[in-house]
Amino acid sequence: MTTSTRPSPPAAPPHGLVRVHGRLPRLAVPGLFGAALLVGAALSALTGFSLLLTVVYGTVLGTVAVWGASRRVEGPRTALDRLVTCVVTAAFALAMVPLVSLVWTVLSKGLQRLDAEFFTFSMLGVVGEGGGAYHAIVGTLIITGLTAVISVPIGLLTAIYLVEYGTGRLKKAITFLVDVMTGIPSIVAGLFAFALFAIFFGPGVRMGIMGSIALSVLMIPVVVRSSEEVLKLVPNELREASYALGVPKWRTIVKVVVPTALAGLATGVTLAVARVIGETAPLLITVGIVNGTNLDPFDGRMATLPVFAYYQLTQPGFPPEYAIDRAWTAALILIILVMALNVVGRLISRFFAPQTGR
Amino acid sequence: MAKRIDVSDLDIYYGSFKAVEGVTISIEPRSITALIGPSGCGKSTFLRSLNRMHEVIPGARVEGKVVIDGQDLYASDVDPVDVRRQIGMVFQRPNPFPTMSIYDNVAAGLRLNAKKMKKADLDDLVERSLRGANLWNEVKDRLDRPGSGLSGGQQQRLCSARAIAVEPDVLLMDEPCSALDPISTLAIEDLMTELKERFTIVIVTHNMQQAARVSESTGFFNLSSVGQPGRLVEFNPTEKIFSNPDEKSTEDYISGRFG
Repeated sequence: MTTSTRPSPPAAPPHGLVRVHGRLPRLAVPGLFGAALLVGAALSALTGFSLLLTVVYGTVLGTVAVWGASRRVEGPRTALDRLVTCVVTAAFALAMVPLVSLVWTVLSKGLQRLDAEFFTFSMLGVVGEGGGAYHAIVGTLIITGLTAVISVPIGLLTAIYLVEYGTGRLKKAITFLVDVMTGIPSIVAGLFAFALFAIFFGPGVRMGIMGSIALSVLMIPVVVRSSEEVLKLVPNELREASYALGVPKWRTIVKVVVPTALAGLATGVTLAVARVIGETAPLLITVGIVNGTNLDPFDGRMATLPVFAYYQLTQPGFPPEYAIDRAWTAALILIILVMALNVVGRLISRFFAPQTGR
Repeated sequence: MAKRIDVSDLDIYYGSFKAVEGVTISIEPRSITALIGPSGCGKSTFLRSLNRMHEVIPGARVEGKVVIDGQDLYASDVDPVDVRRQIGMVFQRPNPFPTMSIYDNVAAGLRLNAKKMKKADLDDLVERSLRGANLWNEVKDRLDRPGSGLSGGQQQRLCSARAIAVEPDVLLMDEPCSALDPISTLAIEDLMTELKERFTIVIVTHNMQQAARVSESTGFFNLSSVGQPGRLVEFNPTEKIFSNPDEKSTEDYISGRFG
């Protein structure tokens, strides 16, 4: 193989620019990997056949085989290139496994209850079959909406302060605290809101707004961070152009800086919402769960999709299949919501981006 | 409208670093004054101090006096925002607002300051400013298109139109042609020559032919060594600077025997 693919050495390359190594044939890499998988299957059959072991053996053997063959035919530099390509591709495939598996599982188990009833009925009086998550979907939307209403102004104004006004120690302190807040475990945010409301309303209080406040603790630092980065990207020349026209600083920020950064700000906010919409722990202790529909976030327990899924799974009643199906469908809807928010974020960044075309 | 600028003993600092020292200069109304000198000698810094733009940089401050028609710009009761409304500025790199159309860019000075104006008056002002900047004929059919879609030279004239739309008394130009090709440069120079009928113009330039072509007076800035503050070495009518300068270092710089 080596002799056949190696071209006859070209006439003396004095400056060393002419390729003196051959190339592996195009089908060599897939061929080698196919062979390696067969060998891997045989190897794993020695200890009782398993698909996982076959793939692991096959990948390792195939990588080594490609590297070896390439080294003999193509020379050490190309061999290293092929080796790294194999390793990187394998790492990517490994990273995709949980994602694909998760989407597949949720789709296969959640699709069977993705019907009109699920979107129109609550769990009030439902035992066993049927029922829906209308109350949980609406609850999630209300609580997440309130969270955005609280977090976006605070986060955005903080970011504007940090970029446009902040100097010295105060700015450093705020940046540090925001970084610390980014790392707060979500259960701590829930306990904070729980303790805060217990002071005013006594222990055992449950309200939708408590959940919003707990989620705000998680969302504000995300909004601050993303908005800060986007505002920093606005060229200083635009601020100077505005100042030079005799425009005061606050007006420059409102009319020039924020509109220029609007696309990035909107994307950041959308992604921050997507980040908190699936939080379970803080809602579990602040909002609880309820079977009926409660649209008032200032009065009593509310249902939310993550908590709904949690309770359907942990306390399914009898027979348990129906509740477990509902849990999967709730998870599927959550994923769809997050995906929709991501799409909205991308659309916003496309439509609001400053036009550059002629 | 055009006003006279008297600067006396101006020192400009960035934090504790003295960037410009002891500038005394009188800039005549309805004329073009050019500032030349090597990079880093404080021309732009000085220019920016004339409309208090350098204060935008944290830690920058000024000692000395800048008087425009009897009014001290740095008096404690003067608002820098009012100063900048009187003294407009065109920057080195064209910087139209990317979110605004050509029309809105020209109208930006009024719109951003929330001045109420009838649509017809505003249309009129935009047309007048664009004509003043020699840009009207090129953009009159696409006033609603984004300003960032214009070529570099057109953008720079758009920025000039934006600066003159607010009817300042003085127009400061910081190397307005350094990013432009010779034809666009010519357009900007023609523009300056027309504008000096109405405005006082101060221009910083690295192009000595340009200074010789357009300006009545020229100031030469230099610094004795790196880390030292820049100084105004010589300020004279342009013909004198370029034919028979008082200072040896001016002659060396102009004839290219610098350093």
